[in-house]
This record gives sequence, C-alpha cells and structure tokens, in this order.
Amino acid sequence: MSNIEPRKQHESAIGHVTGKATYTDDQRQPVGMLSLYPVLSPHAKARILNRDLTAAQAIPGVVTILLPEDIPGENDTGPIAHDEPLLPTDTVNYWGQPVAWVVGETEAAARQGAERVFVEYEPLDAVLSIPQAIAMESFHNSPQVCRRSDPDTALKTAPHVLEGEVEMNGQDHFYLETQTSWVVPDLEGNYLVYASTQHPTETQHIVARVLGVPSNRVVVTCLRMGGGFGGKESQANPMAAAAAIAAAKTGRPVRVRLRRHHDMMITGKRHGYLGRYRVGFDAEGKLLALDLALYSDGGWSLDLSPPVLLRAMLHADNAYYIPHMEVRGQIAKTNRVSNTAFRGFGGPQGMIVIEDIVDRVARSLNLPPEVVRERNFYHGEGETNTTHYGQELVDNRLMRVWQSVQAQAQFVDRKAAIAEFNQANPYKKRGIAVTPVKFGISFNKKTYNQAGALILIYTDGSIQLNHGGTEMGQGLHTKMLQVAAKALGVSLERFRMMPTSTDKVPNSSATAASSGADLNGQAVKDACETLKQRLAPVATKLLALDTPEEMVFADNWVYCRTYPSARVAFDEVVQAAYNDRVSLSATGFYRTPNIYWDPETYKGRPFYYFAYGAAVSEVEIDGFTGTFKLRQVDIVHDVGESLNPLVDKGQIEGGFVQGMGWLTMEELVWDAQGRLRTHAPSTYKIPTVSEIPDKFSVTLLERAAQDGTIYGSKAVGEPPFMLAMSVREAMRAAIAAFGDNPTYVPLALPATPEATLRAIDGLSAATSLEAAQPASSGVL
Amino acid sequence: MPSDSRKSLGTSRRRFLGQALTAAGTAIVAPKVLDPNSAAEAQQPLVNRHLPIQGETPVTLMINGQSHTVTIEPRVTLLDVLRERLNLTGTKKGCDHGQCGACTVLVNGDRIYSCLALAIMQEGRSITTIEGLTTGEQLHPVQAAFIENDGFQCGYCTPGQICASIALLNEVKRGGASAVTADLTHPPESLTLSEAEIKERLSGNLCRCSAYNGIVAAVQQVLGQTPPSPAATILVQEMTG
Ligand code: FES
Ligand code: FES
Repeated sequence: MSNIEPRKQHESAIGHVTGKATYTDDQRQPVGMLSLYPVLSPHAKARILNRDLTAAQAIPGVVTILLPEDIPGENDTGPIAHDEPLLPTDTVNYWGQPVAWVVGETEAAARQGAERVFVEYEPLDAVLSIPQAIAMESFHNSPQVCRRSDPDTALKTAPHVLEGEVEMNGQDHFYLETQTSWVVPDLEGNYLVYASTQHPTETQHIVARVLGVPSNRVVVTCLRMGGGFGGKESQANPMAAAAAIAAAKTGRPVRVRLRRHHDMMITGKRHGYLGRYRVGFDAEGKLLALDLALYSDGGWSLDLSPPVLLRAMLHADNAYYIPHMEVRGQIAKTNRVSNTAFRGFGGPQGMIVIEDIVDRVARSLNLPPEVVRERNFYHGEGETNTTHYGQELVDNRLMRVWQSVQAQAQFVDRKAAIAEFNQANPYKKRGIAVTPVKFGISFNKKTYNQAGALILIYTDGSIQLNHGGTEMGQGLHTKMLQVAAKALGVSLERFRMMPTSTDKVPNSSATAASSGADLNGQAVKDACETLKQRLAPVATKLLALDTPEEMVFADNWVYCRTYPSARVAFDEVVQAAYNDRVSLSATGFYRTPNIYWDPETYKGRPFYYFAYGAAVSEVEIDGFTGTFKLRQVDIVHDVGESLNPLVDKGQIEGGFVQGMGWLTMEELVWDAQGRLRTHAPSTYKIPTVSEIPDKFSVTLLERAAQDGTIYGSKAVGEPPFMLAMSVREAMRAAIAAFGDNPTYVPLALPATPEATLRAIDGLSAATSLEAAQPASSGVL
Repeated sequence: MPSDSRKSLGTSRRRFLGQALTAAGTAIVAPKVLDPNSAAEAQQPLVNRHLPIQGETPVTLMINGQSHTVTIEPRVTLLDVLRERLNLTGTKKGCDHGQCGACTVLVNGDRIYSCLALAIMQEGRSITTIEGLTTGEQLHPVQAAFIENDGFQCGYCTPGQICASIALLNEVKRGGASAVTADLTHPPESLTLSEAEIKERLSGNLCRCSAYNGIVAAVQQVLGQTPPSPAATILVQEMTG
C-alpha cells in the first residue's frame, strides 16, 4: 500500500473555476501601491472609549482604516508570549502605540487621514520606571536565579563588603533605514512580503498568524537592511503584519515605511537595567562573593525580554572568577515601548555592572583598577576557569588580549604621562583605562542554533547561493560568498547571492547573536560538500581515473591530489554532470554541537565558545563643561582566523563606537507622562564622525584559529560593543583625578556632560555617603 | 579690481556663515539661501516666482544631465520627487528633517539635504544624485575610494556620504573654510587638509554603522594624501573579479 495520499483534485482547481488563478500577465506590479500611516496613542496608559473615523474617511485618497476587527487571524504579534496585540482593543499600554493604521492611495493621504481619526481615551495610571514597577510589583516574570556556591555565608565572612546600585539607560537602534515592509497579495490567498527584517521566518509566522493562514501562504524576502543591530528582529513584525492586513483587506499591494520619529516612538529599544549589588572582597581586591539583583525594563509586552535577561545574568561575571555568586533577574512591566534585542542582547547591561563594581573595589583599596581586574580573571583549569553557570572557558584567551592591548597602547608609560598631565592641569583631567570582554557565542535558546543553505548550479557553471541569514551591513553575504567559493574551489564571480527568502531556506533563525557567519557558513559549506561528492565521480570519469576520493576542487579546476597535472575545468564537470543526470542543486544544514542548558538549575554549556577582546581608552575631561574628548583607543580583539579582516575590523570599530554612544551620549528622556522626548536625531545624539578618536587602532588577535568553527573564525558582531566600557572607565579615572583619591566614582549612565559634571561635584560627597548608603537588597 | 576682491572675500565669508550648527553641535552646510551661486537667480525678476500656486504644477528639473518634468504640489521636497516620482531611489530618506544627511545630493556642485529642499526651488539648477556620478562603467574616484577603504557597512548612509565628500572636495578647492579652520585668510588646501577638518566637514552625515574611519580614509585618498591600502586593493579585485 502506498503512503502517498491520492491527489484529490487539480491543485489549482478552485482558482480555475473561480477565475482566481492568476497567470504571468495577471500579476500586479507594485504600481498603485497603497501606503500606511499610524494613528498613535497620546497616553502611556488609557482605556479606549470611542473611535470616530468619519472625518478621516472623508479625506480624498483614504482607502480604508485598519482596526482590530479587520484582523482575520489572531490579533497578536508577540514572538514568545502572545501578549502583544497588533492593534489594541480596549487599552493602550504606551505612549506612541499604534491604535489604528490609515490606508491611503498616497502616504500624504494616509497621513492626512490619520490626523482625522478621533479616538477618545480615559487615561489610566501608568508604570513609568523600573523602581516604580518594583514598588508596584509589576513584572512580566517570576525572579530567575543563577547561583554558585554560598554567597550569603561568603558575604558574612568577607573582609570587605560594599553595596550599591548601577542604573542604565536603554538605547535606540537608530538604524538609518527605518522599519519598512511591503506586501503584495496574489488574490489566491498568498502573500509576498518584502520586509526589512533580521528574522524573515518569524515575520512569516507572525504575518501568517494575523492573517489566519498557514505559513506556506506567506513568503518573506529580505533584500538587505540599512542597519538592524537587533532592532529588526522582532520589531519588524508588527509593521509587516499591518501591511499584510491592509493587503488582505484591499486586495492591493501596500507598503509601510515608518517616519523617523514614529520609528523611535513605536519600536522597542535596548532594555534599561537596574542592578543592585553587594560584593565581598579581600585586601588584595580579590572578589569573594557577589549578590546581584538585575531588573530590566521590559516595557509593555514581553517581546524577547527573557532571553535578553538570561544573557545579562550570564554575563554579570564578564571576565572575572567569583567563587560565590548569586544573580537574580526579573523583567519589569512598564508602560513604555516593548524593549528588545540590541547588539549584545543584555550582555552589556550585565557586564557594565561588574565593571562598575571592580573599579569601585579597586579604588576603595587604593589599588590600580587594572591590577584588580587582572587579579580576578578566570585562570587555570577547573573551578577557577569556570563560570557561575558551570561552563568552563577551556581556551581562555583573556591574558593574551589583555597583555597585547596594553603593549600596543603602551599603557604603563601613558598612565605615568597622564598622572603628570593631571598634576599640571587643574581644569582638564585625563584618564586611561583598560577593560576586558568575554562574550559567549550561541543563541541561548538551543533550538535557534541551526541553519540552512541552498545552492543551485546551472549548466553554464554559474551559481545561485541562498542561505538563511540576512544582510544588514555586517558583511554576512560577503563572508558566505567567500565560504562557498573556497569550499567549491571556484571563483567568487560565479555566484549570485540571492535575497534571503523563506521559500528558499525555510525555518531559518534570526540573524542575531553574532551567529550569522558561524551557523550559515557551516550550512553553506555542507551544501558545497554535498555537491562536490556528486561532482567528484563525474570528474573522475572525465579524467579516466579510478576512485573519486582524492579529487580536489580548486581555482575552477578539478583534479586528483596525487596527479594534479591532469585536470578538468569546473564548467566541464558541471555540464557532464547534467548530461549524466546528476543533480546540481543541494541544501546544506548545520546545528551547533555540544551545547545544552538546564533552565531549572541555571547550569549548562550554553555557549559553543567565547569571544575575547580588550580595549584601552584615553579621555580628557573639561572640568568646566563636563565634555570629554576620546583621545586614543587601542583594541585587540579575538575573531579567530578571520574570514575577512576588513569586514571584521569594520565590525569592531562600529561596535565600539555604538557602545561608546550608549555609554556616553545617547540619552533617552521620558517625561512624567511617559512620553519619549528624544525621538529624533535632533534630540537623541548618536556618535558622529567628529567623536571618533584621532588615534583608533584595531588589531586582530594573531594565531587565533578556533577549533570546530567555519574555517577557524569566530563571531564578531556583538562582542566589540562592550569594548567601549573602557571609555566609561577612563572617564571615571579622569573624574577621580579632579578629586583627592576618591574611594568611589559614581557616574550616571549615559555619561553625558551633565552627568560628568555631577560626578565631579559629587566626588567628596560620595566618599562620606558611602557608609550611609541605604541597604537595597532583599527586594527580589 | 575692487569688485573682484570684494567678491572673493565675500564668498569665503558667506561660506563660513553658511555653516549652521545642528543640535548635536556639528556643522552642516546651510541650504541654498546663503549660496553665492544663487546671486544670479536673485537678480531675475521675482514676479513669477512669487505667484501663489494652487494645487499641482509642472516642475522641470535637470537631474544627472537629464531633464524631467513632474507635476507636483509646491510643498513636495526634492527627496520625494527623486524617490517617489522619478524612481531615483539611490538617495535615501533617513529622517526627513534635515538631521541625518542620508538624503544629501549635489545642486550646482554644492551639497544640500534634499529632504529640506522644495523641488520647485531647484528649477534651472543642475542636480546630481548618486546615480549620476558614474561615467559609463567608470566609478567616480570618491565612489572607488569608498570601496577601497571600506567606507560603509549597511550602505544606507553611503550615497549621502559620497555626495557630501564630493562637495567637500569642491569646497576645499574653492578655498572654503569650516568651523574648525583656524585662519580664515588661509583656508586649508587639499594635500594638507587635516583629519579634524575632514571630520568637521562630514559631521552632518550620520553613519550608525560607524564606518567613519573608512569614510575619512576614503576622503584622504581622494585628496591625494594616502594611497589605497594593499589589503583593500586585493579585496576590491576579489570582489569585482
Ligand atoms: S533625510 Fe534628509 S537629512 Fe535625514
Ligand atoms: S553604512 Fe550603515 S549607516 Fe553608514
């Protein structure tokens, strides 16, 4: 008996009898494309009492207006929890939340229409900060706990104990291309979605969910993005979903392209965090115990907050061995944008807390911070080289990057010169600092650590390359072409890189977690190996040899390793393979081996490996204005055996500068009504070319090939972001120089000129206040 | 001649004043109102130009050497005409508020933010967009230098950066000063233009990917200050075959 279900009817039967089967000439080009424009909530939290569309509908060019009742499927775009209505039915939960989308013949008509949609609200009390959420017990989840040994006892017996708080700002992604999608319905119930998304598969799922259709009816394609940085992982979905609803309702192609200020008002950002700690240490500055409560601002819906929190908790050690440690984490539920992935994914928030602590420990003992940092590094084997979640570092490269960057930067000499400068200059002070980075590579969610590829060779020897990753400027497509060319032994110009599309490589993971090249590269290589296995016997036959085992593919030729002078051109092998009826297309697949995680015990081996780096920054602070100048930056970063040094250096520089922006200038200001006051580049300052240090030297760690990765390379997208911690620590050093050897230099984040001035003013106060600092533990 | 000397002094002074400061404290080149090239236009009879226009009106623009006529409302920006009407989508919209530089194009050789310029005001001027920089297959030297120095990542700011860089070169050639020029009577020259000058003159163009080092290096290369790096040359050869 056959297992194949007998075909019931012609697959297009319904289309043929209803006239809905479209043919080539019936296809609609996106001329006559409609535009979407959002109607935004003016309240952080309010009940929707009434919507009046009459005036808007009267505007010429307004085609229709999308309300919750227009959503044929589920009114939800949440990537993890289903707690995120695409359009709210009764309550708005943040200022700027779209409550309706106006569909217009033009963007101008839609915009005019949006101004005439009148919604009546009853404002409600909103939760507008993490402390307020803690006080009101407004959380998305229960406290998460990761514990090593016995911190309670260790804190009781530690010679020195300090406690304190570190609070940090979120960060707007400010990808230069705002969120954009367009959707073409084919009138047979299928949808082509072109979206600027880092996660085409998830966009496909969410669009299918809101339309109430199976995933196979939705194809999502991403050509490339004008920047992503995590902001187009889940945040791209609601816009694509709204466009799809409009396309379903009108039967016409629809596009949405957020205006900059709308993008900044509507979409989630990096999570702000609050860390409250107690740290125990000895007279040498060795960390003995840490008790840390981390609260993140999740915003109104859950989004990706749990894995972001997990990564923050798993990076609260940065490079330091802490024998007794407990990290608790909880996600505050506030009436703000739903915060999301952003380069580092919680890692920076966890790491900045421990760097703040280590500097404080050092100053409280009057020891140089770099000495205390080094003393606490993971080292040796076993216990002292194992993280609080039980993963051993194995190939620990901390000391290598640490020593090389200090040598490159001439750290010792410059530190002495800076001390002299500071002696001589009462109003300008310089500071220098070196900080390490250890960053775990792999998606925390094991499932996501898989990737696919599809390679199509045509009979003329030209090749199409598909893989599941998206291109957002990180050079992934370039690297994948390099991998494919190397693996197949052919030149790059044979390839056409295809746009990422869910009908070519299905069930792909987000291009995120720095994993794009690691995962997709292996999948591409796997597809190439399959093709070579098929082509080798063909070449063997052409060369009249016996066995295909020893065939080498290189420089567009195929030959036997032991007899290289007899060779046959790749093109010829391809043509012969076609003639012999050998398949010339292949998929490739990869899943990361040897990773596991136990969410109950918070122990495991969640990361395939760690990336390491270290940076030295020198700043000069003007004591009158609080402004700083970044004088010099030296970086040594471990990218393994680089697939493309130019691309990797670009990633390191870009990550560093973006991190510097977060720590020193990008201030999100929310007012008492929960309105974001910094929603344009005029008020939200990202680094310009003028803030790039004059001396900026980036070195890739040498002899660094990593075992078990694609051609020995390592992930590079996120880890360099945290190298910018050296800027903040250098600023704290410079601020300290304004005082008299202060034992603590608190510095608000971001360290804007105002914050810096306050830090200078507060120097003497901080020392005396320290003893009286309120006990802040015990909330979790 | 007195009038000549007055003109040249006036030019550099106007150029200097033409630098407006953004909220970020960075200089941008102000829109055409302060441009000396518009002096001739200013002398034309203004009667027709000030007639109130109702609804849509035909506007003829010279873009990349080609004449285009579009029927638009007077309030439509040059950026929207380029992108939405003429399919010249190389010019990008980053903010639409004159705050990011993604929409930078050249008008009579000077840079403007096309999102802040009304299309109707550009009649009779010569507009160059990123699409108009290549001659046949030949890249403009600035375009080539951006590739050779890895002056981009996502590429979204790049058309604006390249147009701004070309304008920068023109401005330096004409002896234009910037906000960091120490001595206005001795404006900097191409070969010795400092990094600080380059940065100041490009600070109206944001790059979120921070390909800034590559952008500065590209400009230095075109200024004749540095040769392309060997690594870059290899990469360009590999990538372009
Ligand atoms: S789009 Fe014109 S300056 Fe940003
Ligand atoms: S290259 Fe991405 S914004 Fe400049």
